[in-house]
Amino acid sequence: MNMMSDAAVEKALDKKMNDVSYKMIGKDVSVYYGDKRALYDVNLNVRENTVTALIGPSGCGKSTFLRCLNRMNDTIESAKVTGRITLDEEDIYDPAIDVVELRARVGMVFQKPNPFPKSIYENIAYGPRIHGLARNKAEMDQVVEASLQRAGLWNEAKDRLHESGTGLSGGQQQRLCIARAIAVSPEVILMDEPCSALDPIATAKVEELIHELRTNYTIVIVTHSMQQAARVSQRTAMFHLGHLVEEDDTDKMFTNPNDQRTQDYIMGRFG
Amino acid sequence: MTNTASPLAGAVPARPARRDIGIKRRYAAERRFRIYGIAAISFGLLFLFLLLWSVGSKGYTAFQQTMITIPVEFSEQIIDKDNERDTDPTKLMTANYPVVARNALAAALGADPGDRQQMREIGRMLSEGVRSQLRNMVVADPSIIGTTQTVSLLAAGEIDSALKGQMNLDVPEANRRISDQQVGWMEQLTEAGALAKEFNTGIFFNGASSRPEAAGVGVALIGSLYMMGIVLVLSLPIGVAASIYLEEFAPKNRWTDLIEVNINNLAAVPSIVYGLLGLSVFIGFAGLPRSAALVGGLVLTLMTLPTIIIATRAALKAVPPSIRAAALGLGASKMQTIFHHVLPLAMPGILTGTIIGLAHALGETAPLLLIGMVAFVANYPTTPMDPATALPVQIYMWANEAERAFVERTSGAIIILLLFLIVMNVGAILLRRRFERRW
Repeated sequence: MNMMSDAAVEKALDKKMNDVSYKMIGKDVSVYYGDKRALYDVNLNVRENTVTALIGPSGCGKSTFLRCLNRMNDTIESAKVTGRITLDEEDIYDPAIDVVELRARVGMVFQKPNPFPKSIYENIAYGPRIHGLARNKAEMDQVVEASLQRAGLWNEAKDRLHESGTGLSGGQQQRLCIARAIAVSPEVILMDEPCSALDPIATAKVEELIHELRTNYTIVIVTHSMQQAARVSQRTAMFHLGHLVEEDDTDKMFTNPNDQRTQDYIMGRFG
Repeated sequence: MTNTASPLAGAVPARPARRDIGIKRRYAAERRFRIYGIAAISFGLLFLFLLLWSVGSKGYTAFQQTMITIPVEFSEQIIDKDNERDTDPTKLMTANYPVVARNALAAALGADPGDRQQMREIGRMLSEGVRSQLRNMVVADPSIIGTTQTVSLLAAGEIDSALKGQMNLDVPEANRRISDQQVGWMEQLTEAGALAKEFNTGIFFNGASSRPEAAGVGVALIGSLYMMGIVLVLSLPIGVAASIYLEEFAPKNRWTDLIEVNINNLAAVPSIVYGLLGLSVFIGFAGLPRSAALVGGLVLTLMTLPTIIIATRAALKAVPPSIRAAALGLGASKMQTIFHHVLPLAMPGILTGTIIGLAHALGETAPLLLIGMVAFVANYPTTPMDPATALPVQIYMWANEAERAFVERTSGAIIILLLFLIVMNVGAILLRRRFERRW
């Protein structure tokens, strides 16, 4: 009985281990901006359908790492990335991988809401249109509605779809940007401090949204707010001075971290 | 405060002495700066007003032209004595129309046709332009030969000036270009209602003429329009393409830095140098015709390109990076990002730069002098390859003329040029409004 029980536990544990599937794997990732090194051999895996929070003091490299995941660092001329990052076991820095296709699979939401100065409808429709995801107007209408529904913006925006997206409030704009990102059906959504320009109520709405999106998407979020990391994420990675300090379940990180630096940062002793 | 304090005042701790943090000085500095600014603007406005006043007061009379409206007998005796007009088509072209006009005026004045001295003076009251005026009437409708028609004949420049009061009639007769006899006739005609000022359409439509009353900016306008068209068609796409490549695609290295420095330098190169370049390359090497609007347009294109490139690059730079990041983050290619998002947002700036460049080119004179556009062109150019002049060059040529009537025409042409510039700048403002979007 006892043995059986142990075996069952073992089996359950095993199953849990096998259940963990990594959507993106970063191995020995280093980033240089000209002569300056911004990241030192980071090994960080992103689990599927999980919210992974990247925390750490300013300038620690968490945003840099995030931007490596959809190659947004390519747009910075002096940036050089070494190491290996895979998306579903494909090396995203492989010359055979097209960056446009990668970014259609790994979407991004930025720190400051940056809707296009076009109508709300056009903001959402732009991505599906350039990727040819809707064959006609009716399909496009559907995509736009579904994206806005998912982002929780449909009720507020349905009567003003053809008004400018820049006329929305800050929080609405950020949810519009999230809707725009999910309109192209990405697999991973990267969020770079998505709530730093929002008030607490708008922040709560976006956090709630992130929570819901987790069921369909893999999310990586950079945040400066410990509470936010604790609220929305299942895994947390702590960066410091370009190094990955540690990465673990969020619960464990916030209650019993392995590293003194994590402890200090979470307690607010630096950063 | 302390004098009127309540009995409780003693309990209130003394307020600390206020520190002198230079508030007064700061406000004084601000006031001084405002005064400097207002002085600078007033100075500028004063000169603008002086310019407009000087041009306007001299030039508005150019839009009126003295006409002598009299019955003209199209005498078959003078025009076609031997009735050869059906066999010899040049007959009507070469007939002695000035004599027809002179006789008509003599008849109106009741002068003796036998007095050759008087007849010569009467002839001088009419413009040389009556020759083509009457010829055109006859060629258009030969049946008027032998009839008498009431025609508004173009008065000579001297008569025009005298009627507009621009000529001092108090000086001795020998020192002016109009005789006492002619002054008397003018009064006679005015009383009869035959001499009057009419709106001068000729200044807009006529070509070059050595007679001020028959001269107009028509050919120069067409030349300028051709050149503006060529400049717009060439410099806008070339300039925008160059700017987009340099700003968005080109690697930032020593070569692109060098190109950038050189473009900025080109914008500062004196325009006459472009004229020399055009002379040697387009005329000397490529063998294009002199005085042609095509060559002028090409030279002005070269001159305008740096302006457009600099303005376009500034406009592209001013587009917030967040818009690029948004488009790239969605998986738009670089090309799509630029053409769908960056370029539309930069459009107001690009258009403003282009129109300023065009306006600059419209007023440019020096390079056109070198490529031979400073010419006497009486006939309209039908293609950009035909000889033409340009508005500013026409002004330059008229300013060199001695006759009094050309002075007002010079100012009149300047007014026309300024009107075109105002129209272009208003167009720039409207386009900018139209394309401006918030982000």
